[in-house]
Amino acid sequence: MNAILVIGGAEIRAALRNRWIIAATLLMAALALTLAFLGSAPTGTVGAGPLEVTVVSLSSLTIFLVPLIALLLSYDAIVGEAERGTLLLLLAYPVARWQVVAGKFLGHVVVLGLATTLGYGAAGVVLGAIGAADAESALAFAGMVGSSVLLGAAFLALGYLVSVSVRDRGMAGGLAIGVWLVLVLLYDMALLGLLVADQGRTITEAAFNRLLLLDPADIYRLFNLAGFAKVSLFSGMAGLAEQAQFGRAALLAALGVWIAAPLTLAAILLSRKQL
Amino acid sequence: MSALVEVVAVSKLYGDHAAVRGVDLSLRAGECVALVGHNGAGKSTLIKMMLGLCRPSAGRVRVCGEDPAGRHGARLHAGLGYLPENVVFPPSLTGREVLDFYARLKRQNPARNPALLERVGLADAARKKLGAYSKGMRQRLGLAQALLGAPKLLLLDEPTTGLDPASRQDFYEIVTELRDGGAAVLLSSHALSEIEGRTDRIAVMSRGRLVAYGTLAELRGAADLPVRIRVDLTAAAGWSAPVLPSLRCQWIGDRRVELTCANDVKLEVLRQVSGSDVTADIQIMPPTLDDIYAQLMRRAAE
Repeated sequence: MNAILVIGGAEIRAALRNRWIIAATLLMAALALTLAFLGSAPTGTVGAGPLEVTVVSLSSLTIFLVPLIALLLSYDAIVGEAERGTLLLLLAYPVARWQVVAGKFLGHVVVLGLATTLGYGAAGVVLGAIGAADAESALAFAGMVGSSVLLGAAFLALGYLVSVSVRDRGMAGGLAIGVWLVLVLLYDMALLGLLVADQGRTITEAAFNRLLLLDPADIYRLFNLAGFAKVSLFSGMAGLAEQAQFGRAALLAALGVWIAAPLTLAAILLSRKQL
Repeated sequence: MSALVEVVAVSKLYGDHAAVRGVDLSLRAGECVALVGHNGAGKSTLIKMMLGLCRPSAGRVRVCGEDPAGRHGARLHAGLGYLPENVVFPPSLTGREVLDFYARLKRQNPARNPALLERVGLADAARKKLGAYSKGMRQRLGLAQALLGAPKLLLLDEPTTGLDPASRQDFYEIVTELRDGGAAVLLSSHALSEIEGRTDRIAVMSRGRLVAYGTLAELRGAADLPVRIRVDLTAAAGWSAPVLPSLRCQWIGDRRVELTCANDVKLEVLRQVSGSDVTADIQIMPPTLDDIYAQLMRRAAE
């Protein structure tokens, strides 16, 4: 069997064994169901149904939660093994170093994907059962779940990059929190500050849109809040949606870059590492 | 037969610190070599270079004629077993699960694992979680994973630390079996006394350098330590010490003397002493392995 699958399978089994998957799934299901029930209260005549309300509230929550879960899963993936001595052993097997990164990543994506799909899916099924969904909102909801997994994968990849770059677990943990703070909170604030200070003089709309692509959390936000007509109507981003120059495919591709680039860099750094 | 492992003039620097300095070593099939030295003598670094986990700063390492840190280094690992110095397997897994994982990585059939666990004496503990394993049991599991796929080359980094004497005995029996089966075994240890008679050759390392390399007899010769001979006498009056260069004589009690002499005059001393009328008993005390080790270390430090 391929080394990548063996290593990935071991990660999945470990997550099942230490109840990571169950805990994450229950947490996400609880949050999603809460938001779904709150959101299915009468929404008046704004033209948005309960499912759209849920997509908006849930994706706003996802931006904070999923990157955090992903970084917690991945920050010690390499450095933790190095400290336990199992990395030396793993690399003494007929396994290339990039295969170690790829295998662990694959396992963690499945873990995160399972938790997200099952947890959020529960809310989707409930809302579908009470007849709150039409085809377009169902599509928006599915897009939200899928892009949440991609967002998680991007932060998993960033977590690996952290994990191969430092020498001890404590530092990796601190750096992972730093990555989360910067990309999830500080970058948006800095961008906002920049816009206010600039007063629209030098930063054009196109430049602003490109700046948003420099943060996977913003790409996710654009994809979910502005990407669907009915959702953007409710999220208050309808204006933004009209000016957005990127299609949904382009946004997905940008998220793909945010997954591939840190992961490739992590594999290269690990290959060069002297153990 | 050509050497399975060839280490030629290898040095390894970490910053300004030289972990290994100008080491030459070779290992052939069917041979067991021990690396002996203090902590930090460079034993683990040398083994890691043989595995291709780090590159030598100077010199050349070849395993089966290939560069282990090269492009195809990982392929060499299929025929190789390694036991790292400190390894902590996940405590929530059972012994069998851990071994199955490593078997799959090495493309071995996990169905053969129960036999392997039995060989290292873990048959009863196969289904127990590792959290409940003793240090010795974890070390046995480490050995089991190194034995997966009947490797041609075994690199064991301090394999017997934490083992009780009986387990140590079992461990060396397995190593001897493997060597007799044609495998090359390199193992490292703190103590020279522990590996007496267990290995074909011994490499003593100190602060990155190879200070002695050879069979135990050769090491004994290299250390050139004096032999001590105790002589019990029937009467103190009739005793006269043999007159030979390098011989020292010391009374330790009314009717007992201790003679200290170089190894090459030992026989002459014995001949003279045994010819004496007052000699009741002779006890020869060759330098112990710990003495030899201490002497080699002292000399390396000079």
